[in-house]
Amino acid sequence: MKALVFERDVPRFAAAKVLSKLAPARAHRAGPLTLDEHSAERPLPGPEWQRIRPRLSGICGSDLATVQGTSSRYFEPIVSFPFVPGHEVVADNADGQRVVLEPVLGCVARNIRPACTWCAAGHLGRCERLTVGNLRPGLQSGFCCGTGGGWSTGMVAHRSQLHAVPDELTDEDAVMIEPMACCVHAALSPGLLGGVSGGAIAAVIGAGTIGALTIRAITAFNPVSHLVVAARHPDQVALATSFGAHTVVDPSSLARAVRRVTGSMAIGDGDIERLTGGADVVFDCVGTAESITQALSVVRPGGRIVLVGMPATVSIDLTPLWHREVALVGAYAYGIEPALGGRRTFDLAIELAPGLGRLVSATYPLHDHALAFDHALNAGRRGATKICFDLRKEKQR
Amino acid sequence: MSDRKRGPRPGFVLEVDRSTPPTLFWHGEGFRLEKQPVGSRVIYAPEPLDAIADPRGAIRHALANPIGDSEPLDALLFSGMKLTIAFDDISLPLPPLERPDIRQMIIEEVLELAARKGVDDVHLIAALALHRRMTEDELRHAVGDRVYDAFAPSGALYNHDAEDPDAMVMLGETRHGEQVQFSKRAAESDLLVYVNINLVAMNGGWKSTATGLAGYAGIRHHHNVDTLRASKSIMDKDKSKFHDINWRMGTVIRDAGVKIFQIESTMNNDAFPGSLAFLQKREWEWTARDRATFVAVSKSLDRLPARSKRSIFHSTKAPHKMTSVQAGEVEAVHEVTIAQVHRQQLVRVEGQTDILTMGLPYIGPYNVNSIMNPILVMCLGLGYFFNLYRNKPLVREGGVLIMSHPTPWEFHPVHHPSYIDFFEQVLSASTDPKVIERDFEKQFAEDEWYRHLYRTSYAYHGVHPFYMWYWGSHALEHLGRVIVVGGDVKSVRRLGFQPASTMRDALEMASDVVGRNPTLTHIHNPPIFLSEVV
Repeated sequence: MKALVFERDVPRFAAAKVLSKLAPARAHRAGPLTLDEHSAERPLPGPEWQRIRPRLSGICGSDLATVQGTSSRYFEPIVSFPFVPGHEVVADNADGQRVVLEPVLGCVARNIRPACTWCAAGHLGRCERLTVGNLRPGLQSGFCCGTGGGWSTGMVAHRSQLHAVPDELTDEDAVMIEPMACCVHAALSPGLLGGVSGGAIAAVIGAGTIGALTIRAITAFNPVSHLVVAARHPDQVALATSFGAHTVVDPSSLARAVRRVTGSMAIGDGDIERLTGGADVVFDCVGTAESITQALSVVRPGGRIVLVGMPATVSIDLTPLWHREVALVGAYAYGIEPALGGRRTFDLAIELAPGLGRLVSATYPLHDHALAFDHALNAGRRGATKICFDLRKEKQR
Repeated sequence: MSDRKRGPRPGFVLEVDRSTPPTLFWHGEGFRLEKQPVGSRVIYAPEPLDAIADPRGAIRHALANPIGDSEPLDALLFSGMKLTIAFDDISLPLPPLERPDIRQMIIEEVLELAARKGVDDVHLIAALALHRRMTEDELRHAVGDRVYDAFAPSGALYNHDAEDPDAMVMLGETRHGEQVQFSKRAAESDLLVYVNINLVAMNGGWKSTATGLAGYAGIRHHHNVDTLRASKSIMDKDKSKFHDINWRMGTVIRDAGVKIFQIESTMNNDAFPGSLAFLQKREWEWTARDRATFVAVSKSLDRLPARSKRSIFHSTKAPHKMTSVQAGEVEAVHEVTIAQVHRQQLVRVEGQTDILTMGLPYIGPYNVNSIMNPILVMCLGLGYFFNLYRNKPLVREGGVLIMSHPTPWEFHPVHHPSYIDFFEQVLSASTDPKVIERDFEKQFAEDEWYRHLYRTSYAYHGVHPFYMWYWGSHALEHLGRVIVVGGDVKSVRRLGFQPASTMRDALEMASDVVGRNPTLTHIHNPPIFLSEVV
C-alpha cells in the first residue's frame, strides 16, 4: 500500500516552519511528510470498521498548514503519529460501492458508550472525547495513526463515517462533499438570517475553496438580502459570482463595498479605516490576522464574525470586539443543523454536490506530492481551486 | 510668444503634409510626439491677446462704470449694510494663476470701496457649489494674504456649504418647476458681489450664482443627462439647455430680491511659464532651444515616479493676464465677457471630421492639486474638450474620438472618495448615463458619509462623479467609439472605452467605425480654444 506518512519529527517540522516564512514553496519539502511505498495495512479497530480504497482525496487548508509546519500546537494532543493525512475522501468500500467519508472521529467511531452530550445530540464536530476510546487521539481520520487517511491507497473507516455517493455524482463532485459540509455548517451557524429586519447583509472574506463553498451554502440554505465577497483572483471573482454573490470586490475594497450596501458611516478621511456600522455577519474564510482584523472593521456593532478558515496563532487587536460587542465564533466540521430542522449537514452538502467537481482544478499521483502542494499553495494565483490526489491510477499499477 | 510688432496671430488650421513635424500631444504628466497622417488637420489656438496694462485701474473703472441696469458699486454700498462677496473657486482658472490672482485684485478693490463707505458686515464666500472646500493655502492664493488674514480668523471668509441646512434657503421655483436653492447669507445680503474669472465660454453669467451658491436640490435640475444631452454645446450659451435653466433660475434669484453686482474678467491664453512655453508653440516654429527643452523635460519626466511628476506640474502657475474686466448687471456683463472669450479663443474650422484626436493634460477643473482619476479623464475629454465647439461638434456623429492619457487607476481618497465607489460599483454595472442616473444618483447624493466628508474635509460631494459622467453624455451619445492611447487597460475598459498602445493602433481600431480613408483632425493644446465649425 502506498501512503504519504506524516511522522513526529520535530527537527523537520521546525525546518518546515522556518522555511514557511522564508521560502514557503520549499517548506513542505523540508517537513516530515514522506511517501511510504510499502506501508502496512492497518488493523480494523473494531467490528463496525471496514477497509476503504480512496479514489480521490483533497488537499485542504489545514493539510497545507500541517505539511508546511504552520499549524497550531493546539492540535498536538488531539492527533497521533505517524498519521496519513487526507480527510476529504471519496472511496470504494469493501462492497465496491462509492462512499464519501465524514472524517470526524466522535464517540460512536470510538465505541464510547454513552456518547458525550454533543455526539448524542448530533453535533459531531463538538465531540468531547477525541483522545479516548478504542482509537488513538485524532480529531479526524487523516490525523489519527489508527485510521490512515485519504492520501493513500487504503485506510479504515467506521460504518457511521460513510455516506453512499449518489450515482449521478462524479468522483470530483463527491470529493467536494466534505468541504461543502463544513461550509454548510458555517453558513447556518448564525441561525437563519432571513429573519433579520430588511434582510441580513453578509460578507465573505476569501473566495478559495472554503470561501466559494460558503457562498454556495449561504445562497442555497441561508439567503441574505445582500452578500458581499472579497476575492483576490479573477477566477475566484468569477466563481463567487456564479455561486450567487451580489457584489464581489478585491479585498482592498471590501470596506467600501460593505459601506455602500449598508449605508454605514466610516472612519477615515476618504480612505476607510473602519466602518461605524457594517455587515450583520462576516464569514472569514481565510483565517489570518489580516482577515480577522478586516472582519472586525466591516462588521456592525452587535454583529457576528464566523471563523470558517482555520486560524493558527494570530495577533490581533480585539478592542473593536469589546467596544462594538461583536461575537467571534468558530465554525468547525458538521453534524446536524438545528436551523434546518436538525437535518444532517452531510445530507445537505450532498444536495449541493452536483457540479461541484468543476472546482477540482488538478489531480496528482502520490509520488508528485511536492508538485501537488506547490499547486495548492498557489491555487488562487494559478487560477485553481481544489487540488486532489488521484488514487484511482495508483490502484492500476 | 507672439511677435509684438505684428500682434497676436489668430487661430489656425494646418493641413498636414510630408514636411510637417510631429505634433505634440499632452499625455497626462508627460507628452507624446505623434506624426499625423498626411492630409489630416491640426487646429491651433489664437496667440495670447495683449494684456491690460493696468489691471487694477481697469477694475476700478469697471466698478465705477457698470454695464446694464446697475448703479456704480460705490452707490450700492452704505454703512450698516450686509455685503457678501462670492468668488469662483479652485476650479478656475487652469493652471492656477501666478500671484496676484485676478480675484485678489478685484476683491481688494471692492473691499476698498466698502471700507470707504463704512461697510463692516462683509462675508466672503468661495462659491464652490458641490466642489471640494478650498484649503487655507488655496484661499490665500485666490484672495491674497491681506484679505485672508482680515476676514478668515473671524469666520467671515469661508467655503460655501451646500449641505448646511441652516445656511441654505429656497428662493422659489422657475416657471418649469425647477427649485432655486441658494446661500442664505447671500440671499439675505443687501448686496451680493460676484467675482468671476472666465476661463471658457461656459463660465459666468447666472451660472456663477445659480450654480455656485446652490446645493444639490437646485443643481440637479440642470446637472442631469437630459439637460446636458440637449446642450449643444455647453460652451455655447445660446444653444445650451444647461444655461437656459441657469438663466431661468437667475430670474427667480433676482425676483426674490437678491441684488447682484456681477464682476467678470477674462484672461489671455498664456497658460504656461517660460520653461514650458514651447507647449503652446506651433511645432514647426520650435527653436533649437525649444527642441532641447522638450527633450530635456521629457527625459526628466520619464525618470520620475508619478507622484513627483504630479507635484512638479501642480506647482506650475499660469502667467495668464487679464484681457478684460466688466461689472454691473449679470446678463449685460456676461454678453461682454463672452465676446472677450471669443476674441481670444474662437477658431473657425470648416467641416467636421471622422476622427478627432486630442492629448489630455494633467489638470482639469476638478483635480487642481490632486489626481486626474479615470472619471476625470473621461470628463475632460468628452465633457470639456469635445464640447469646445459652436454650431456643430468637430467630429461628425458616429465618428471616433481618440484621446491620449495614461488614465491610471488611481484616485485621491480625500478629494474624490465617492469617485472611488462610482468607479468600482457604478461603472462596473453600467456606463449608460441614463441608467446610472436612474439607479445610483440618489444613493450617492444622499450618502451620509460623503456628505460628512464634503462638509468637514476636502471631498467633492457624493454626487459629483455623476455630474462628471453626465458632462460627457452628449459626446457619448454622439460618438461611434472612444479610444484611449497609452491608458491603463483596465481603467480604460472600465470607462467603456477601447485601449490602444499607440496612435497607429488607435487609427487601425477606428477604421472599424469610420472606414479606411477617414478625415482626421487634431486639437492642439495647450492652450485651449473654441472651434466655430461651419
